[in-house]
Amino acid sequence: MSRAAEESNRRMLRARDAMDRGYAQPLNVASLARIAHTSEAHFIRTFKATFAETPHRYLQRRRVERAMFLLRQTDRSVTEISLDVGFFSLGTFSRTFREIVGESPSDFRRSGKPVAVPTCFAMSWSRPGSNFGEARRAGAA
Amino acid sequence: MLKTTRLHSLFVLDQDQALEFYVGKLGLEVHTDQDLGFMRWLTINVPGDPGREILLEKPGPPSMDDGTAETARELVTKGATAGWIGFSTDDARTTYDELLAKGVEMTQEPTEQSYGIDFGLRDPFGNAVRILQPA
Repeated sequence: MSRAAEESNRRMLRARDAMDRGYAQPLNVASLARIAHTSEAHFIRTFKATFAETPHRYLQRRRVERAMFLLRQTDRSVTEISLDVGFFSLGTFSRTFREIVGESPSDFRRSGKPVAVPTCFAMSWSRPGSNFGEARRAGAA
Repeated sequence: MLKTTRLHSLFVLDQDQALEFYVGKLGLEVHTDQDLGFMRWLTINVPGDPGREILLEKPGPPSMDDGTAETARELVTKGATAGWIGFSTDDARTTYDELLAKGVEMTQEPTEQSYGIDFGLRDPFGNAVRILQPA
């Protein structure tokens, strides 16, 4: 791996960190591309090459991971949580959550207990896998 | 019976740059900096806690072949190694402000958690660092 590729990785990681911080904000590719010092088109391509998923898919997983945390750690309603993590409609949130996690937000809340580990570990390890939706798409094909 | 953690290793891509960051910015101190011939043994510790050393290890031969070292470097720059380290502080918010003023790359602002107030940052290479003010 060239030093230029390492620098590219590091810039993509910086942009991904920004997505982790601003997960409730709409995906702003222009802003992320600026953080990564690339063009918008190059940013999406390079991000996918680096982390094996698009920025949009990463953001969806990050939001759902936060929702999973809030469902089990707080008493906030499902509607409030959907807004907290950046969804504008409860329907979209519920559909996305079910697609990724395999059950509804309410069922997920009922089915488990909170975990007590440092937040960055919870963030990394409770984030659902990146292959969500693939079985559904394969079935539809 | 085991007593404490005494030494662990963190992959860094440049040991001088690592010193600038961990000593110059985070305020740790050099414990040992010795040329062993086959490697530079470079450890640091939190001031006042010399019994717990952190080895700033540069991946490369002879410890690992060039190809493996390249993989290790790639993982570090993707933030994907196990090189993750946590420190404690008495005042997370003040420490955050001080480090931010020094140009440290923050990943998360001080946040209230069930276990205290913590925040996150990255070292120049991609390793994650967490700093906690315990509850």
